[in-house]
Amino acid sequence: MKRFDIYIIGVGGQGIGLLSETLLRAVDHSGQRAIGADTHGLAQRGGMVSSHLRIGNDVHSVLIMKHSAELVIALERHEALRGMVNYLREGGTLAYYDTVWQPLEVRLRRAKEVKKDDIEREARNRNSKVLSVLKEDLKDPRMQNVVLMGTIAHNNLIPGVSVEHYERALSDLLGGELLEENLELFRSVLKQE
Amino acid sequence: MKRIGDILLSKESGSEIMMGNTAIVRAMLEAGVRVVTSYPGSPTPEIAAAIASIPSKRNPMYFEFSVNEKVATEVAFGASVNGHLSCVFFKSVGINVAADSLVQLSLMELIGGMVIVIGDDPGANSSQNEQDNRHIAHLSYTPVLEPSSPSEVYSMFLEAARLSKQMHLPVIVRLSTHVCHAKERVKFRDLSSEVRDDEPRFSIENGPYIPITADALGMKRRALTKLQGFKQATSGLNLNSVIAGSDSTIGIITAGAPFLSLRDVLSESDRSPDILKLGVIHPLPEKEILDFLSSHEEIKILEELDNILEMEVKALAYDSKLSTKIIGKRDIDDWIGEYTPDKVSQVLSKTWPDVVEPSQVERESFSLPARPAQMCPGCGHRSAFFAIKKALRESDITVADIGCHTLGYLEPYKMGQVLLCMGHSSGTASGLALFNNSRRVVAFLGDSTFFHAGLPGIVNAVFNKHNFTLIIMENGTTAMTGHQDHPAVGRNFREVTRKIPVKKVLEGLGVENIREVDAYNQSKLKLLVEQAVEEEGLKVIIAKHPCMLKFTRELRRNRKSLPNPVRVGRKCDRKYVCIADFACPSYQIAEDGPVWVQDDLCIGDRSCVQTCPSEAIESDDQ
Repeated sequence: MKRFDIYIIGVGGQGIGLLSETLLRAVDHSGQRAIGADTHGLAQRGGMVSSHLRIGNDVHSVLIMKHSAELVIALERHEALRGMVNYLREGGTLAYYDTVWQPLEVRLRRAKEVKKDDIEREARNRNSKVLSVLKEDLKDPRMQNVVLMGTIAHNNLIPGVSVEHYERALSDLLGGELLEENLELFRSVLKQE
Repeated sequence: MKRIGDILLSKESGSEIMMGNTAIVRAMLEAGVRVVTSYPGSPTPEIAAAIASIPSKRNPMYFEFSVNEKVATEVAFGASVNGHLSCVFFKSVGINVAADSLVQLSLMELIGGMVIVIGDDPGANSSQNEQDNRHIAHLSYTPVLEPSSPSEVYSMFLEAARLSKQMHLPVIVRLSTHVCHAKERVKFRDLSSEVRDDEPRFSIENGPYIPITADALGMKRRALTKLQGFKQATSGLNLNSVIAGSDSTIGIITAGAPFLSLRDVLSESDRSPDILKLGVIHPLPEKEILDFLSSHEEIKILEELDNILEMEVKALAYDSKLSTKIIGKRDIDDWIGEYTPDKVSQVLSKTWPDVVEPSQVERESFSLPARPAQMCPGCGHRSAFFAIKKALRESDITVADIGCHTLGYLEPYKMGQVLLCMGHSSGTASGLALFNNSRRVVAFLGDSTFFHAGLPGIVNAVFNKHNFTLIIMENGTTAMTGHQDHPAVGRNFREVTRKIPVKKVLEGLGVENIREVDAYNQSKLKLLVEQAVEEEGLKVIIAKHPCMLKFTRELRRNRKSLPNPVRVGRKCDRKYVCIADFACPSYQIAEDGPVWVQDDLCIGDRSCVQTCPSEAIESDDQ
């Protein structure tokens, strides 16, 4: 593949690091070249965090250009809209976990909370597809990232990367009980979807 | 599960997905580095995380987090003049702290070799400025290699270590944020198990090591001679390269991460210039640059941050009487920000609009609420700021320092109104208190920073009888950079050590007015601040509470559950103190007005319960 850019966005503390590293390794396991980077620093304290993942032989910088991602993955609703507006290309796909962590401006009632409809409307304006997922009975909010990964795998959102590659990537990064729990959750999402 | 420590120690050659900060540790091991030192700071702390992944018994390298970058530099220097290959690493502004010692290094015969790894931060992603540390390389006659990707980080560190050891001179490997954090599959060579030489080889015969009067000038001559020699030593190493484009009349000289951005930007272009990509950025490879200049009609210098390369290349062209048109920075914008692909596209389109089209105006301007970093749920600093704010007047002056507590400057707390750098707060507060009888001055300081650069300002305040209140926000760790231990913790990177308690140090320094309080005890903290600000001289309040992010992570790691989240009960009459003043991010507000608690975020710390004037915050735990 010439180029497939993925932009991942969320809030510090949501496990975006594990998600991006797993996706990078899943692409690598699929035999395609992958490069990427997480943004770190101050942002990790409950601020917006993002991660860039690029697939293809003709990609150089680890950073994606604006409005050029084929796929935007978001772990929170406000960040889903931000990611789509800033990075998604016309006709691309947004996949997001539909939890709400209100930014300060919303909590102080200076800005409106983003609604599901806002995202749908904006996606239509961009001829883009939207996939939203929420699992009510999740025992640990830090596993939302794995639910979203299941949605991505089930819908084949990353070309050439199959379930087996995601599972191998998870096994590279986790071990013991933690791996078992995450694999079980990942597989349960695949079945439900 | 792959264990990064095992991969780093693998005897065989191979490849692995690594970030730049991990790849450099493999290179350290292959190069035979014995001593590594650092002070934590983004974008480099993951280098220490990679070192920590190596089982300590199998790690041939000694590593320490020193109390600051200057001491770290000195420890690495001492090891080097004793014959050990050493490495010190720190963030961009760390070099300012290290500078007093660092500028002397090139004067010394570093018989073991010493590599200085700097993590510059173009874009100021996590720093108080985006200073260009190539300047200090010029100031200190130190050669610099600059990689652009993790694979180059690995290979250039190996070259830097080899040359440093061979020529007995310091070599800087200059990284930047997205070189440190970039990930890719990195190929590495095998790891030889050579026998380590532990003989202490320090000898004044290798010197002189005392740069006083006439010797200082002789030592400078030696440094400059070595710098010249570095040019020859690196020619033919393929550290610089030319990439042919489609239009050989125009060329671009660049280096580091901007080179990769440029490749992306040009991949869509019908008219792409040739590129000279520099790996050795000081001293410059003059012949390669002159060859490139003389074979093109127009040259663009694509350079992140300052115009160092531009000035040097223009001087070279002038001396060689070349008529090639050389285009450097066009306006102030070109000096500011990280050279991402978007930025490079913008910069280049100003020079050659037919090579890169000026980007279209942003599509509709879309206003979305920003999400800046904030203090975590349960953070002791939030509880402290909430109480301290109540004890102060609007007109009082608050001085911030570096750490998680810097975030107190944000709404709604607005605690901390001025900031220079680590440890500045006592000195700045002292100055603010001069000729000032009306506005009380309160300074903040973190516990790791207390040891890093905070002590001299406090001693000075005692010595010169300055008049302000210093609040030490003690959370028992170096939180902002990822929870590294500091001298008051009772553990260093390797082992348990004797605690050096902040309060005892203050007493030893001659501070007489010291109060201590748990930052969750808001009424007591408020009272102590009210008392302290009315007293004369230096008053210190230690507001203590362990970092709750560290605490909850440890609970989870040990598979223990957190306390139950709080909830908003029936007594709530919508005064919104929890939302608008205490502002823990767990509190959310529905459109029609009720407040609710986001269970994903609340850690059940209950530091908020005391803030509700209507006693509406409820908890199942006691």
